[in-house]
Amino acid sequence: MCLAIPGIVESIFEQDGLRMCKVDFAGLKRIVCLEYCPSAQVGEYVLVHVGFALSVIDEKEALLTLSSLTDEEKTSELGEKGSENAVR
Amino acid sequence: MTKADDSFSVSCPTPKNELTMVKLGHGSGGRLTDQLIDQVFLPFFDSEQLLEKEDAATVFLDKDRIAVTTDSYVVSPIIFPGGNIGSLSVHGTVNDLCMRGAKPLYLSAAFILEEGFDRESLETVVRSMQSASKESGVVLIAADTKVVNKGCADKLFITTTGVGLITQSKIPSASRAKAGDAIILSGDIGRHGMAIMAARHELEFETTIESDSAPLNMMCQNLLSIGDSLHSMRDLTRGGLASVLNEIAHSSAVGIEIDESTVPVDPKVRAACEILGLDPLYVACEGRLVAIVEAQRAEEAVSIIQASPYGDGAKIVGKIVSDHPERVVLKSVIGGRRIVDKLSGDQLPRIC
Amino acid sequence: MRYVDEFRTEKRARELSREISRKTRQNWQIMEVCGGQTHAIMQYGITDLLPPEIELLHGPGCPVCVTGVEIIDKATAIASQEDVILCSYGDMLRVPGSRMDLLDVKAQGGDVRIIYSPLDCLKIASQNKDKKVVFLAIGFETTAPANAMTIKQAERLNLNNFFLLSSHVTVPPVIRRLLEYPDNRVQGFLGPGHVCSIMGWSQYEKLAEQYKIPIVITGFEPTDILEGISRLVSQLENGQAHVDNQYARAVTKEGNKNAQSILEDVFVVCDQAWRGLGLIANSGYRLHQKYARFDADLAFSTNNVPVLEPEVCISGDVLRGIKKPLDCPAFGRECTPEHPLGATMVSSEGTCAAYFRYSRLDPKS
Repeated sequence: MCLAIPGIVESIFEQDGLRMCKVDFAGLKRIVCLEYCPSAQVGEYVLVHVGFALSVIDEKEALLTLSSLTDEEKTSELGEKGSENAVR
Repeated sequence: MTKADDSFSVSCPTPKNELTMVKLGHGSGGRLTDQLIDQVFLPFFDSEQLLEKEDAATVFLDKDRIAVTTDSYVVSPIIFPGGNIGSLSVHGTVNDLCMRGAKPLYLSAAFILEEGFDRESLETVVRSMQSASKESGVVLIAADTKVVNKGCADKLFITTTGVGLITQSKIPSASRAKAGDAIILSGDIGRHGMAIMAARHELEFETTIESDSAPLNMMCQNLLSIGDSLHSMRDLTRGGLASVLNEIAHSSAVGIEIDESTVPVDPKVRAACEILGLDPLYVACEGRLVAIVEAQRAEEAVSIIQASPYGDGAKIVGKIVSDHPERVVLKSVIGGRRIVDKLSGDQLPRIC
Repeated sequence: MRYVDEFRTEKRARELSREISRKTRQNWQIMEVCGGQTHAIMQYGITDLLPPEIELLHGPGCPVCVTGVEIIDKATAIASQEDVILCSYGDMLRVPGSRMDLLDVKAQGGDVRIIYSPLDCLKIASQNKDKKVVFLAIGFETTAPANAMTIKQAERLNLNNFFLLSSHVTVPPVIRRLLEYPDNRVQGFLGPGHVCSIMGWSQYEKLAEQYKIPIVITGFEPTDILEGISRLVSQLENGQAHVDNQYARAVTKEGNKNAQSILEDVFVVCDQAWRGLGLIANSGYRLHQKYARFDADLAFSTNNVPVLEPEVCISGDVLRGIKKPLDCPAFGRECTPEHPLGATMVSSEGTCAAYFRYSRLDPKS
């Protein structure tokens, strides 16, 4: 469930007593409610679902996820590179 | 009963198999539209031209071959970023003629006006029709106006009929695609549909997405220079790229393979689709075509389109194959495959 | 798009695919809970990148699919009233009730509107003081906080023409129910990433321990799902059964405390009927009594018409993962996305709809 898309907080303001922000999704902008992520700062990425920010994206964790390979995978990659070099 | 708010073009699945009542989904260009045409209209009107289900019909008048097409325009809002119902009504009909290789010549237009519709908006629309006609090289030679009570039309409906002249002997057709042909897309997809959605207040997007509504007459004329190697041209309208590819696959009884990573989508359009959970492959365009071309002339065709008005984003996005006939298969950006089917009605924004 | 495209690269997908193949020694049945994850699996053709030993079962995590027929019947009855504007998330409009769906009501002249954010309903209510604006509030724990904030804001704005028809469902009870079926085949779960961004994942530790079943909280991009499967296979191959968090960029163990406290204020846990699965205890939310004046259930009396579900529909078995859509005699015949008979054909995340659209080429299906 739950289509939620990351976007960057461009500005923060109050509207009708609610903490709101303008979020930029790759050039497309929309007003989003920030009541559930009150600590979000301009320039941070938030995950947005039905017009509400659910969480602030943790950049460090994102990078960790992208760079993770198991030890087996690293070994086998090195193995492949090794045999390529041998052929050359 | 209150007048229904027509903000979204939404579809209607019938929990019943038989059509008993017309619903919005019957106008979506998807399977429900096919159902309406097949069940209600074709039993009474089964000319060879209608049965071909091409963008325009072709007939011989003595020695001349002409193309004829008609379309109604009911878009709301009637004025949107990148155009209005007037320019759309010229572009759409002109493009349908061009897809059969015809030089568009004449248009007729019928206007249904809602009581209370303001003159200024009407003039804006008519003025746009004038400039769109000039750009497309067509002359409006017949017209009609009717006024209906308030509430019986959504401001303005326009129906245009177009006539064009075909001079080449072999004409592009959805049924001429052959295994090995290249599939060329003239530019990025999904602009018109998302522009309309974004222009309707409910989505409250702060950015403007512009419709791609445009006349493709010059592009098609230029493409005709590759002669018989041009097997088919289809303009993308409601139902988007996916619908056109399915129609070609079905008419030619061939398979289609598309590489998702090559299909161009503007970042703002992609973002709007992501937010609403819509697939850009199904979103309407109004100034884009797909050309099916013999493989050896494909690069040349791409260059021709890129040098034509509205064609600078042209790319090869797939090929015709003999495998899985009548099925369109997409290779996703991560390398897995899925079928791209024709939708029943329009896509609905989703939350999950 | 940032934090999107990087998780959709072919290179990373192939790396993860190789990783999974290397680790997999036996057959495993894995269930992804969320409809959004099912959608991604179908859309990206993820099964092409998995070894044949891995079978993916598609779970009941689509709030649209599992919304009870009686709720649709109530919604269509309310929407048919003259002075009502019914607002809904888009994908609910297609869900069939006993006799009709909301699009039928619209076709007959009812004022039915799609909204993207529930706060938009309040604008509609302010601009239409002579109408009753009723919001069909469905969702899992991901959407419930947005629906809850709408109530709080309606109260702040002192609106007297806004009502909420609640049909919320929660994940842990349905996982528990699936695991208690004697014919349960699920050996590991890809847990609900966005639900957990709200609720955290401590509820799943109890489940993992009690049923000795590994659960990997997983995101929604294709490489998230592949990584989730990879981590799950590691646990399965090593006989482990704990909760692992693949979606750490959006999920923490405690979850979103602000959202949880608003949920506790606005909603009360209740029993809920799941389409295709029946009544599950303590698996839903209803409005707290202090917000009774916004409760559409109280404001509108609707005749209790008996609920009709087609007998031939096996969506319950499909939701539990013990049957596939192709096992159903009605699949692709009486039951298609154009005329769905049950929960799993209703929205595009429903297993049957997803199969119909995407998988008819796949020899494995």
